[in-house]
Amino acid sequence: MNIIDSANLVYRKTPVMTDLTMHYCPGCSHGVVHKLVAEVIDEMDIQDKTIGIAPVGCAVFAYKYIDIDWQQAAHGRAPALATAVKRLLPDRYVFTYQGDGDLAAIGTAETIHACNRGENIVIIFINNGIYGMTGGQMAPTTLDGMKTATSPSGRSVPLNGYPLDMTKLLAELDGTCYVTRQSVHSLGAVRKTKKALRKAFENSMLEKGTSVIEVVSTCNSGWKMTPDESNKWMVENMFPKYPMGDLKDR
Amino acid sequence: MRTEQEEIRLMKGNEAIAEAAIRCGCDGYFGYPITPQSEIMETLMDLRPWESTGMVVLQAESETASINMVYGAAGCGKKAMTSSSSPGMSLMQEGLSYIACAELPCVVVNVMRGGPGLGTIQPSQADYYQSVKGGGHGDYKLITLAPASVQEMADFTMLAFELAFKYRNPALILADGIIGQMMEKVVLPPYQARMTEEEIRRKYPWATLGKLRGQKQNIITSLCLLPEEMEAVNLHLQAKYRQVEQNEVRYETLHCDDAEYLIVAFGSTARVCQKAVETAREQGIKVGLLRPITLYPYPSEAIARIAGRGRGVLTVEMSAGQMLDDVRLAVNGAVPVEFFGRLGGIVPAPDEVFEALKTKLIKENV
Ligand SMILES: Cc1ncc(C[n+]2csc(CCOP(=O)(O)OP(=O)(O)O)c2C)c(N)n1
Repeated sequence: MNIIDSANLVYRKTPVMTDLTMHYCPGCSHGVVHKLVAEVIDEMDIQDKTIGIAPVGCAVFAYKYIDIDWQQAAHGRAPALATAVKRLLPDRYVFTYQGDGDLAAIGTAETIHACNRGENIVIIFINNGIYGMTGGQMAPTTLDGMKTATSPSGRSVPLNGYPLDMTKLLAELDGTCYVTRQSVHSLGAVRKTKKALRKAFENSMLEKGTSVIEVVSTCNSGWKMTPDESNKWMVENMFPKYPMGDLKDR
Repeated sequence: MRTEQEEIRLMKGNEAIAEAAIRCGCDGYFGYPITPQSEIMETLMDLRPWESTGMVVLQAESETASINMVYGAAGCGKKAMTSSSSPGMSLMQEGLSYIACAELPCVVVNVMRGGPGLGTIQPSQADYYQSVKGGGHGDYKLITLAPASVQEMADFTMLAFELAFKYRNPALILADGIIGQMMEKVVLPPYQARMTEEEIRRKYPWATLGKLRGQKQNIITSLCLLPEEMEAVNLHLQAKYRQVEQNEVRYETLHCDDAEYLIVAFGSTARVCQKAVETAREQGIKVGLLRPITLYPYPSEAIARIAGRGRGVLTVEMSAGQMLDDVRLAVNGAVPVEFFGRLGGIVPAPDEVFEALKTKLIKENV
């Protein structure tokens, strides 16, 4: 069989992805979400109209893998950059890609206010419950009791407060139009996340407000588990606190 | 409706900046209110340029957000600006460091007030170090212009954009509460059209406007993990700064030709010193005034040249003596360099400056 023949083609890497080998740890969710974003851009044929804003965190190099124009923001400031880019280029698709430290700790103000203004942007929020890039310290989303480099005996509510459900908070804001929580640990979940991403990108031309997609993710190196154990641990422990599904769709 | 002509108006320095921004084709202003510069955004909101030129004006949630909005806009090759006063400028230092490293052109206005801390809303020049010695982390420079009149508030808004784009570097207008608040006659420049996207793509091929088919992606970043590469980035920046130092030094002199004594002062303090120089001249004392217009790059050579011919220099500032360091470096011990300053929002009076000249400088030489 000639596998090059397009009739026999069952899978093709989207040309919106570059050929670089990713720096992500095997099992990390970032790579899967990158691919989905690239596929959505490809399928919507908006490579020339999309501007990504990369965070500070493991995804700081997102611009190496998704072949579009990018700006790399200071830690937490991506929604401020995206605000200006979208306001000045309203016919462009503008998205931020941020971790939980970036979005829900240092960038809380920028995130809430961009969403509250109803900026017509897409915010992709990778919630792995930990600071991956800096070596596995506690994040605002770290679960109660969860061990990290800065909570070695487990997060303690009296000491560190409660895990922050930022997405729920963002759904409360009048400026958001679509707020959903997804994951990429199974084939079905990956498909759903891709659908959510597509919808969010489409929203950004409808002047409906901000679309937020949280992807509850694994960080097997940070969590010190195998990829498979991480997925199981996420379903058992993360999902009860961060349940899957749409929080808002208007 | 819009005329191509220049217009003569009586207005505040802050208002002049807003008018000039619209007229020079600024694409976006992002700011957060703080006295004594809130009239800049208030004037813009009142003039509604989004209905005339299409300029975006947005009140941000903080100065941290404003400067990062400027980053986003500037990354698209747009003419972007923000303004603030001292406490707000402290919040912007992170963003300025990123913008300087990513080599984005933008204009930032600081209408200085007395500090440290929340301080006072009265005028000051105590952000000199922050402006010209770094402010944020890393080795970087802001092209810094110091207006001394309402006219210069308007003129330097245009000049700052010109220099920012020429060098792909942030340009700072370092004014103070007096220049921001006082009213003077000002000739406003004619309207200049905003650049079209085609023009931006042609002139600024680095801008992130969307990757067109067949073109390579544009990436605006300040990240460079390999130290060898990061050193190369730094050396490139340093080479650019040497160019700026060679080409862009600006200053003004008054009665310097025969000056035995030299006063060095910038911004509104230079206006006060001008009066003191006149008084001294009336009494037969040969005093000259040098007013640096660019604080970075600094007119060191001019100061060395003029001071070298005389018997001493008096530096006058609304601070504890910050520019004084640069005057001393320029003079390099050739003649005595003395200082007179008022702090915390007090503006020195001309007779105080004249007294300081006599007691601190002339007496010592007798
Ligand atoms: C102002 C500032 N503070 C701290 C850091 C260090 N830092 C880099 S990434 C990061 C946290 C990243 O965690 P997260 O946003 O959850 O993303 P992840 O790496 O897990 O994908 C921190 C604290 C920084 N770069 N800048």
